[in-house]
This record gives sequence, structure tokens and C-alpha cells, in this order.
Amino acid sequence: MEQEKPRLAVFKFASCDGCQLSLLDAEDQLLAVAGALEIVYFPEATSRMEDGPYDIALVEGSVTTLHDAERIQQIRKDSKYLMTIGACATAGGIQALRNWADTDEFIRAVYAKPEYIQVLESSTPISDHVKVDFELRGCPINQYQLIEVIQSLLAGRKPRTPQHSVCLDCKRRGTVCVTVAQGIACLGPVTQSGCHALCPSYHRGCYGCYGPAPQSNLVSLATHMEKEGDSRTEISHRLHNFNAYAPAFRNESQRLLEQDGE
Amino acid sequence: MADRTIKVETLTRVEGEGGLYVRLSGDAVDEVRLEIYEPPRLFEALLRGRPLEDTPDITARICGICPVAYQMSSVHALESALDVTASAEIRRLRRLLYCGEWIESHGLHMHLLHAPDFLGFDSGLDMAKQFPDEVNRGLRLKKHGNQLVDMLGGRAIHPVNVCVGGFYRMPRRDEFQKLIPDFEWGLNAAVETTRWVAGFEFPDFETECEYISLSHPDEYPMNEGFIKTSSGDSIEVSHYEDEFQERHVPHSTALQAIRKSTGRPYLLGPLARVNLNREQLSPTARQLADEVGLEPLCKNPHRAIIARGLEIVHAYEEALMIMRGDHPTGKPRESYSYQAGEGMAATEAPRGTLFHRYVIDEAGKIVKAVIIPPTSQNQAQIEADLKQWVTQVISDDEQQTARQCENLVRAYDPCISCSTHFLNVKIERT
Repeated sequence: MEQEKPRLAVFKFASCDGCQLSLLDAEDQLLAVAGALEIVYFPEATSRMEDGPYDIALVEGSVTTLHDAERIQQIRKDSKYLMTIGACATAGGIQALRNWADTDEFIRAVYAKPEYIQVLESSTPISDHVKVDFELRGCPINQYQLIEVIQSLLAGRKPRTPQHSVCLDCKRRGTVCVTVAQGIACLGPVTQSGCHALCPSYHRGCYGCYGPAPQSNLVSLATHMEKEGDSRTEISHRLHNFNAYAPAFRNESQRLLEQDGE
Repeated sequence: MADRTIKVETLTRVEGEGGLYVRLSGDAVDEVRLEIYEPPRLFEALLRGRPLEDTPDITARICGICPVAYQMSSVHALESALDVTASAEIRRLRRLLYCGEWIESHGLHMHLLHAPDFLGFDSGLDMAKQFPDEVNRGLRLKKHGNQLVDMLGGRAIHPVNVCVGGFYRMPRRDEFQKLIPDFEWGLNAAVETTRWVAGFEFPDFETECEYISLSHPDEYPMNEGFIKTSSGDSIEVSHYEDEFQERHVPHSTALQAIRKSTGRPYLLGPLARVNLNREQLSPTARQLADEVGLEPLCKNPHRAIIARGLEIVHAYEEALMIMRGDHPTGKPRESYSYQAGEGMAATEAPRGTLFHRYVIDEAGKIVKAVIIPPTSQNQAQIEADLKQWVTQVISDDEQQTARQCENLVRAYDPCISCSTHFLNVKIERT
């Protein structure tokens, strides 16, 4: 008798769809993955929509509405293993910039009839609302890491996703340091690997897509950037990006802005 | 007969989140609403105060499926504000990048999102069991699009190489050459794919609407041109907001675009582009359009899948021409100095014309951003077409009717993620 396949569901909150697209972009493995799992809920890809329980839930996007804050609770209840994919789901995304602003003012600036808009004051990561079993970083995520995590789950082993900083990847691929050689501001030393040090290989500084690397020294990097002549506001701005609300980036940008205000 | 409603809570195989609501009195259609409940992300507001250089990286995040379109409209609009003119080489590379996005986005839509409707499957993945060759071919085309964006942009989703003035670095000759054999295969495969979809059974259905797209005297429209309409108008991009307007209508909480002069909705996208620019298609695509019998002015929205196929063929042929041509050797980007000003631009996203306008200050910071994505412009026309379509597909089987409505919505390839950062959204669920 054929064994029942694990049931996979893919959910979307406030986001650009790019991370779930990474699954469809894994063209070479897509049909194999689809064969190993039962895709029972994935509105972007299929009209089949089944209720839980789910063995694996992939969650893209941040929580920005009351309805979504409630929806994630139900998804958690329905899911054995809940994994967030991407910067929005793990750190609130670019839309979390409103956490530093007056959301009503933001809405008035964009919408002619602000009274129709019902959103929360903040954009928050999924882990602020429910227990998350694994967070896959990136804006967008790396499709190979996504496949690795799904495969490891199926095999019942721990996923192998690196936690070192982008700098190490530059050394590995032989990219000359853009900060040392060209004086370009780069978040590589404090950003978690996942992109294979992409931006420096395109002659530009890392802008922190994968969020803060564990134990990175943000004060040291900010101090270096200040010595290079950047203002604290400029440095803070650099951290106010796709992972702005990730604690390490959030705290350091806050510290810089407070110092600036003194 | 009693009043009844047909609801599709979640539209599937579209990008982003939306639903559909149809209210009927007997068999007469009272109301059709394309409901958007995707949460707004307020991009135009969060761009304010940021250095203009951040714009292409941030606007790319409006959409994971068509980030290139957002980057292209952004950089063109900002260059217009800065009085920067990109070199011919940069211009050529930008078209090449756009070719990659069209191949990727159209390939995805045709094979994984839209074709299952014609063949009776829930998804492209299910369809693959019965049509393995066609789906695998489609996945390979999509992959080529991704590879091209990856080669020139650094990565397929949210490319990193695009900047105001041009690119951070020029592609190397070997990067171009590596792709050529695959693209030669892909051109033939795209022709076969187009023949395949043109053989689908299409419902006998025509709508009346105004088709609108960019148009250019020398090339199939992508990054530049004037706005051409099927009613015979030519409009400068700088007059975009004078000619088109978003407004509220009583039955919808979403803004809907209309032509100011007619007060009527209009349609953007591949069908509009092919209808208005057929003569500019590459030779193979033009010949193929004749061969598969696409009408000179096709009014059947279901047949947009054929237009997508023709555009993939065009994109392969143009990409090959660019990659086989002289390798770009000039500087990767134009330099500029800051000046206060305003700039606007429109480019052809896979789903249609995407308009951006920015006001910048003398320190190079964004003061104001206006972004008008294609899906929000198409929305009113989609609703108008649905009203007509419902009467044709209505049956006692509500599920079947709902499915038929969804099929039509998918024909437009709406990108709800794109459209909602500017649409007025009212969350209404019952």
C-alpha cells in the first residue's frame, strides 16, 4: 500500500509573492518535490484548497491586519511544522518601516479615502504571534535553501543552512572586499549568508537582504562607517531596509538615531 | 427566481490575494466585484525621505514576479528627473533584462497558472502527469527567463544589478555566450508552445474595450515610447495622469482606472500590446501570429494566452539578437549630480503599462512617489468583462459558474500583490 505523503500548505500574508515563487522557480526539482509531498493548499499554484491538518506549513509575509493576526493562529493550530519563508515573515519586511512612522499619516499619503483602509499600526514577523519551528531568511529566500529545508524535514534531519556572515562568502568566491578596496559601505560583516555574497560580486555593498547574522558586531561596523564619514542618520537608514525590524538591526538603528538626537 | 450570489473567497493561480463576488437577480447580473483583500504595504509613503538610489531595490519588492518592471519604470523616471540619458548600450541591456522577465513571467502564467483552465486541471503540477512534455518544456522556458534575469540582474527575484544610470557592472562576454545555445533551443520551443496553446478550445466570447499600450516607432514596446490606444490616440507619457484617472465607483471599494475623456475602463497587457503593435513583433513572432490565426484586433480575453506565447517568441528572438551582437564595452552607468525636480516614466510590465512619477529634492531624496501598476488599471475592465461573461456561463451549478468566472479573471494574469499598495482596500468577508 502506498504510504501517505506529507501534506504541504503554503500561506501568504503581506508580501510580494517572491518567496513562494522560489518554490515554483526551482524548475528542476519542482516536479520531484511535488511528487514527494501532497500540495494541498497553495493558492498561487493550484485551485485545490483543502483544510488542515497540514504536516508542513510554509508562511510568507508579515502580519499587518487584524484578520491576518487571527488567521495565523488558526494556521498554527492546523500545522504540525510551521516554517516562515523570507524577510517579511521572519522580520516584518520592508513594510515594517511604518513601525517607525505614523501609520495613519502613511495611509493618508497613499490613499484618497483613508477610511477604507483597515490595517494594524505595525507590520510584525510571524514569530511575534505564534511559535515558529524554523525561519528561512532572505529577501528573497534562496530556493536551494528552501529545497534543503523541505528535504531535511522529509528525511527527519536538521536543515543545513549556514549562519556565517556574507564576508566569509566573499572570501570563498574570491571577491575583493568592496569596503577595503573601494570604500563602499557594505553590510556584509553583519549580514547572514544565503545569497553567496551577491552584491559585492556586482561591485556594490551588501544591503542586508538576509538580515543580521548571529553575534554580529553592529556597533563596530557603525563606528567604522562613521569614521569613513557617514552620518549616523545615513548608517541608520542603511539598516532600515528589508530586515529593519529584525532585533539586531532595529536596536542598532535606534541607538544611532538616539545618539544623533542627543 | 430568487436572488443569489456567487462567491469565490480566494482566487487561485493569481499573484496575491483577492476574491470575487457576483450578485444575481434570477439570471440577470446585479453586481460583479473583484475583491482585493491583500493588505496594503504603503510603498509610496515609505519611499519618502530615502535616497533616490534606494528606489530600484525597494520598488522591486512590490512584486516578486515582475521586479524588473518596477526597477525599469523607477530608473527611467528618476533619470528623467535628473536629466540623465542612458547610453545605447545600457538601453540595449535593459531591453535584454526585460526579455528575461517576459519569458519568466509569461512562461509561469501560461503553463502553471492558465493552461490548466483549458485542460481541466487544478494546477500545472497536476497537469504535468498527463502533459509531461508540455509542462517540462514550459518549466524550461521559465527557467531560461530566470537565467537571463539572473545573468544580467544578479538574481531572478529582486535583481541587484540595476541602478539609476544603468548597471553596477557590465555582463561579461562569457556570461552572454553561455546562454545562447539554450536560447536557440528556447526560440523553437516557444514557437511550439504557442502553437500548442493556440490549439486550445476557446470560448466564443468577445468584449468591447479600449486597448492601451506603449508604442514605439522602431521597436516592440518595452521601456519607452508613447501611449497608443485602439481608439487612435497617441499620448505622451508625461500626460499620463491627465488622461487616466483612478476613481471610486459605488459598487467597489477599490480604485478603478478610467480614460478621462470617455469615462470608460480600458485594458492593458499582452493582448493590448499585440493588438496595437503587431507589426513590431520579431519576424518569427509576426509570422507565427498569422499562422495560428490570431485576429488583427483580438477581442477575446481568453486568447491572451496566445499573445503571451507570441511575446515569449519575440523575447527569445530579440534576446538572441542582442546577445549575438557586439558585446557591450562602455561604462556600466551614466553619472549624475543631484537636482530638485520631477520625473515620470512608463514601461511595459508583463501585465501591462506601469507608470511611475517621482519628485526629488536637491539632496537626492524622494519627496513624492506615485506608482500606478497595470492590474489596478485593468480591474474595472475585468469587472466589466465578467458581467458579460457571467450571463454566458451561468448554470444551476454554482461551483461550475464560479469556476468559469475564475477562469476569465486568470486570463488577465492579474497581479494583486502589485496592485494593492495603491488600491483602496476594504476588507469585507461574509
